[in-house]
Amino acid sequence: MTGYRLPTGGLIDRDRLITFSFDGKYFTGYGGDTLASALLANGVKLVGRSFKYHRPRGIFSAGSEEPSALVELGVGAYREPNTRATMVEIFEGLTANSQNRFPSLRYDLLSINSVLSPFLAAGFYYKTFMWPAKFWEKLYEPLIRRAAGLGRNAGLQDPDSYEKTTEFCDVLVVGAGADGVKAAREAASQNISVILCDENPLAAPADLPATVTFLARTTVFAVYDGGTYAAITQLPNANPRQRLVRIVAGSSVLATGALERPLVFANNDLPGVMLAGAVSDYITRYAVSPGRNILLAINNDDAAALIPLLAANGIGIAGIVDTRRKSSDHVYHLAREAGVAVFAGAAILAAEGKLGVTGAKIHLHNGTTLRLACDIIASSGGFNPNIALTSQFDAKPVWNEGIAAFTAGTLPPGAAIIGKAAGQGINANIASHWHSGFNPGKSFVDLQNDVTVKDIQLANQEGFSSVEHVKRYTTLGMATDQGKTANVNALAILAEAQGKTIPETGTTRFRPPYSPVSLGALAGAHKGKTFKPTRLAPTHEFSTEQGATFIETGMWLRAQYYPRPGEDWLAAAQREVTTVRNAVGICDVTTLGKIDIQGPDAAKFLECVYTNSWTNLAIGRVRYGLMLREDGFVMDDGTTARLGETHFVMTTTTANAGKVMQHLEFCAQVLWPELDVSLISVTDQWAQIAVAGPQSRATIAKLVDAPFDVSNEAFPYMGCASLTICNGTPARLFRISFSGELAYELAVPARYGNALAAKLMEAGAEFGITPYGTEALGIMRIEKGHAAGPELNGQTTAHDLGLHKLLSKKKDFIGRALAARPVLTDPARQTLVGLHPEDGTSILRAGSHLLPIGAAATAENDQGHITSAARSPSLGPIALALLTNGPARIGEKIRVYDPVRQGDCIAVIVHPVHYDPEGARLHA
Amino acid sequence: MRIACPHCGPRGLDEFLYTQDASVTRPKDGGAAPTPEWTDYVYLRENARGPRREYWYHSAGCHAWLVLTRDVSTHEILSVELP
Repeated sequence: MTGYRLPTGGLIDRDRLITFSFDGKYFTGYGGDTLASALLANGVKLVGRSFKYHRPRGIFSAGSEEPSALVELGVGAYREPNTRATMVEIFEGLTANSQNRFPSLRYDLLSINSVLSPFLAAGFYYKTFMWPAKFWEKLYEPLIRRAAGLGRNAGLQDPDSYEKTTEFCDVLVVGAGADGVKAAREAASQNISVILCDENPLAAPADLPATVTFLARTTVFAVYDGGTYAAITQLPNANPRQRLVRIVAGSSVLATGALERPLVFANNDLPGVMLAGAVSDYITRYAVSPGRNILLAINNDDAAALIPLLAANGIGIAGIVDTRRKSSDHVYHLAREAGVAVFAGAAILAAEGKLGVTGAKIHLHNGTTLRLACDIIASSGGFNPNIALTSQFDAKPVWNEGIAAFTAGTLPPGAAIIGKAAGQGINANIASHWHSGFNPGKSFVDLQNDVTVKDIQLANQEGFSSVEHVKRYTTLGMATDQGKTANVNALAILAEAQGKTIPETGTTRFRPPYSPVSLGALAGAHKGKTFKPTRLAPTHEFSTEQGATFIETGMWLRAQYYPRPGEDWLAAAQREVTTVRNAVGICDVTTLGKIDIQGPDAAKFLECVYTNSWTNLAIGRVRYGLMLREDGFVMDDGTTARLGETHFVMTTTTANAGKVMQHLEFCAQVLWPELDVSLISVTDQWAQIAVAGPQSRATIAKLVDAPFDVSNEAFPYMGCASLTICNGTPARLFRISFSGELAYELAVPARYGNALAAKLMEAGAEFGITPYGTEALGIMRIEKGHAAGPELNGQTTAHDLGLHKLLSKKKDFIGRALAARPVLTDPARQTLVGLHPEDGTSILRAGSHLLPIGAAATAENDQGHITSAARSPSLGPIALALLTNGPARIGEKIRVYDPVRQGDCIAVIVHPVHYDPEGARLHA
Repeated sequence: MRIACPHCGPRGLDEFLYTQDASVTRPKDGGAAPTPEWTDYVYLRENARGPRREYWYHSAGCHAWLVLTRDVSTHEILSVELP
């Protein structure tokens, strides 16, 4: 036999030779090998260093319960830490590296931790690094983080892709062992749809009925309410790398089998100490013998099946150590057939060896000590039914003394557990043996977290007696394996320390996920722009042609400004403002939410949701509306136009479009279901362009079809109409103004957005028309003192914004009652004012704090802050602010303090409407 | 968790939005004054174990507001109704 590969057998494909690397050395394996089986076949036993003590570690199991053989896969951005070598299928070119060692796996400098280990017991870090507190973040934690822990994060964006699917079935069967396959066939015979999952890379069972969908490499890792399950499918060496499968099942059958637990003795973490069932798996599945001289340590009959398997494959057996005072006839019979000695009533005290097992020290029943040479210690302390998912059904595990293991509690209707997972056919003739006493050397309970028998006893001694506390104090049962091989042993040791029974001591429950799941798989395709798609304005092409710079505002990409050669953002925005104020400009305002409201009770409905009155709004007129939340604070504002007796079109702010729609639907369906009103969002259906400036009427006039009259008399301020433009294109025209100028908003079906912008540019060319972006829009609204997002911040009231006159006293509306609370109308509240710098030139910045002149810059002296600031081409620096008792202080001076950006100047408090306070220009 | 929308049939949780307790009723007095009845309606909620009435919004579906009766200790949905 060359290496450790057996000449025949196994489920591997010997015609497919695969080359992979581990720690820079190249190895070969066969198709169907896992990284663990291929390493064992090549005689590699040492694969990592442990979490805390940096002790040498090998391959312990053959499945998802692996606590020790954690490796890094891939390099660079592809690097994936803490991957269980037992679950990784090898492929050509696979690169794996050991973890937590420096400079090399064989000579790890930090294994000095192992020498220092008397000081590194449970809670050591808590106790030692408590004081002084300020050292913790800067010194202790970084040091500990470097020394402890396992793999390294790639630190780069994950270049792999992931996907998500949803599957539906009548019955979900978890686990495709014999019991699971049988259950799937039985279910399918009743002509219902079945999904059969297994975490291993199994081939589909032969002759499965067509109604059974078989998902290999698929771990069901979580149970959710209503028959929803989450599973993760590994797609080895493929892109996408993993698939998250949401399974919606009428009922489920858990055939998850049982997980072997190890015997606990000193140095039981040495490479070469393995689960007996794992040795068996490596032989039968991968035709790999983990060693050549195997010592079997057992306390039950189930594990004895390994004896004939080893004998049949010509693998040496060093002996059988059975902790039971009398081993069973079954064991004696198998041992006799194999020609091997049985040491009954004996226990392994310690594994011996430096970087791997070379022998074992055995306590014999007569009190003497025996040393046996071996290269593998295969141990079995019994089997735990795999009930992790039942815990997620809120079924509390129940201790079953007969099989010395926990079985599932009562499952809800629609869930069943069968086979070994239900405790059937396991742990025949078991005599529990939880640890081998106190011997020199560490006896590990949890190999992944380096938790020893002594740590558990110490935790109990220090008062952490609840199992949940022991878990947190020692870190037992945490990390990638979630204590699959450790928890029951640990609980038994805790029970022993407390002189209680295991059921008295309790158990921890299992939470999702059953085994590790990449965050990338949970996100699936929903990352970057797929997570948050860009909504383009209907004039996006037009703006691109005009050389716009764009900015993301909420979900939308909007034109920010349209720079001409040599202009920066400020110069461009100021030119745009000046052009609007003196001539005409256009701006896409499609992003404002638009809600179409129709029905006989549409006006009554508006009375309910807006603070001001609506039934008296004439057809063909627009009104500004203010909306409160029921707690009396401002929710949103906007204009609503009455297009007909029963037809209104509401606009909302861009940011709140979705929220307002949801709110209105609540009002219509829940609060006032008696009102006959229908709502639909038409934000994306209409392209809406503001045409603003003294020449806006002359520009618009060129587009509207006869006989529509845009004169001030025929179509005054706050008018609206449905009409056609450009020879028959349906449109809506609103005479509303955000800029403070004579202005219109013209809406056309969204597909005409670019064409309308081009037509307007053509029509306004003789006046020097310009497109303007969000910067110019912002400057003009601050000049006009209109509240927007920074002022509608969820903490302001109508009173704060100077809008209290809009609170009707004649009707019920959302927020009416609580808006009347004295505290919301207290003059001392921070209220909207305008500011301009005393020197006329100092730049004001949003976020700056307002302090009485001469007062110290402390929180107690803070009287408000600047919400919005702009540099007006005509007025210089200006701002809007929320200031304590603001309106009463117009004319006073105040200190504007901005320590973050070194701003400190004196400002004059002014009325928030800086520009054209009489509004004469609007009515021009 | 899945919710049987009366319009759309059983759908996954990610299509729905929980918003608020459905056991409170908006006072019908017109709201002229901030009475204790109003502050209770806006701010006061029972936090009882067992069945509760909740408003859910089928935000990624038909936009219907639904009243779920749901046992918060078992997560069992006892009924789904239109308000």
